[in-house]
Amino acid sequence: MLELRSLDAGYGSFQALFGINLDVKAGEAVGVIGPNGAGKTTLMRVISGLIRPGKGTITMEGRDVVATPSHRIVDLGIAHVPENRRLFPRLTVDDNLKMGAYMPGARAKYAERLEFVFDLFPRMKERRSQMAGTMSGGEQQMCAIGRALMSDPKLLLLDEPSAGLAPVVVQQVFELVKRIRSGGLTVLIVEQNVQQVLKVVDRAYLLEAGTIRASGTSEEMMKTDTIKQAYLGV
Amino acid sequence: MQAFLDIFDIYLLEAVVNGILLGGVLALLALGLNLIFGVIDVTWICYAELVMIGMYGMYYMVQVFGLPYWVAAPFAILLVAALGAALHYIVIAPLLTAPPINQLLATGGVLFILQSFATVAFGIDFRNLGIRLPVLAIGEMHFSYSRLLAFIAALLGMLAVYFFMTRTYTGTAIRAISQDRQIMSLMGVDTKRIYLITSALGGALAGLAACLLVLQYDVHPFVGLSFGPITFLICVLGGLGNFVGGFIAAFVFAEIISLGGLFSDLEWGYVLAFAFFIVMMFIRPAGLLARRS
Repeated sequence: MLELRSLDAGYGSFQALFGINLDVKAGEAVGVIGPNGAGKTTLMRVISGLIRPGKGTITMEGRDVVATPSHRIVDLGIAHVPENRRLFPRLTVDDNLKMGAYMPGARAKYAERLEFVFDLFPRMKERRSQMAGTMSGGEQQMCAIGRALMSDPKLLLLDEPSAGLAPVVVQQVFELVKRIRSGGLTVLIVEQNVQQVLKVVDRAYLLEAGTIRASGTSEEMMKTDTIKQAYLGV
Repeated sequence: MQAFLDIFDIYLLEAVVNGILLGGVLALLALGLNLIFGVIDVTWICYAELVMIGMYGMYYMVQVFGLPYWVAAPFAILLVAALGAALHYIVIAPLLTAPPINQLLATGGVLFILQSFATVAFGIDFRNLGIRLPVLAIGEMHFSYSRLLAFIAALLGMLAVYFFMTRTYTGTAIRAISQDRQIMSLMGVDTKRIYLITSALGGALAGLAACLLVLQYDVHPFVGLSFGPITFLICVLGGLGNFVGGFIAAFVFAEIISLGGLFSDLEWGYVLAFAFFIVMMFIRPAGLLARRS
């Protein structure tokens, strides 16, 4: 579904990613793990068009993502839940979800998508007229994922969904990722919480200093010595 | 003594009502400026000069080409909306990431360009539509229809903006973009297009104000000076970019002008309003309803 080939990216003269090759197949959940500053967020941002790559190609179902204007990439079926959620704090939950359905294709399915999101997050239905910025971190994360799902995406990019949340809520977020997956959605998830993320994904990539150091199925990754020592603490 | 109080009360009531009527138009002017500031984060110093061009548009369509007022008004609104969009495209867009002082200087430059253009193109004569609307008399109070009409039209215009901002996808995007510009593309929003629409909307509000003001005031190249400063003060008093604050501040200012004018000349009303503004800037420097950060 999603293919990255020898991708370079960065900010100005600072290069953050070096020759990344990465694949996500339809129906899969793929994790990208690695330390702070490894380039994980940059990877997500370059896929969704928030920054443009220096070199290399990105294709989504055979279509060229790099040649697509940033605001059209969501139309290719890619929805990005950014780091720190980035809700519109002074808009209501309803209006935040409405923004997720901004593209003409999504507007036509607005009522149907809203029902889907409210089924997934009944809490959001209760909070629909509340300002998004006044909700708890966990609720905001639900709203951010709900907003991304409003566009009826094929591929969901999740950037550190567990960051800044209480441990109980982190559990809920990963439960949620499982549920979203079971609906047939393809997921690419970036996480520092390696132990948790390897439980919900099929495959994972280890990103360090802007390059992919290792990749494999979750079981293989859990057995890799370097990952065990550096990230799992066993 | 009683007779004196009766007359005084009537004048007072008349002044209060006139203040409300004036407040409607000032609120409309403030809304346009606040919209641009709140969404695009630039201040159109030349805002009142757009109103001036719209007033000339009305003058030429009605007096020179003989169009009825109702036919000319939509064209004047469209003209100023186009001007607002052009201002954004030509002047603001290239300076979006420039320091605020550069943006102020650039739109300040446009102010002088528009004034000079009007002087050269239209001359310095005072012009009017030659439309004299009757005066409504209620008991011993007198209200001009042009003010009533302006008030109602301004309220309807603001109501239309409110529904546009809250009910449509584009309106919601305009509110969202002021809160997080960077991630708008993730929603599929073309920020350039939203800025252009916002600028056209700000221009349209200036155009509507022009249609209403031209019924009450003569137009000349420097007429913008009569509305510009007071509009800025209202926006600052209400909290720049705060729509509700601007709305309230417009009525506060209008009442001070109107009631102040009651006790002596109208000019003293303006003096009081500006003095009030200065005092308020000491008490609440961020505005009546400062935006919570």
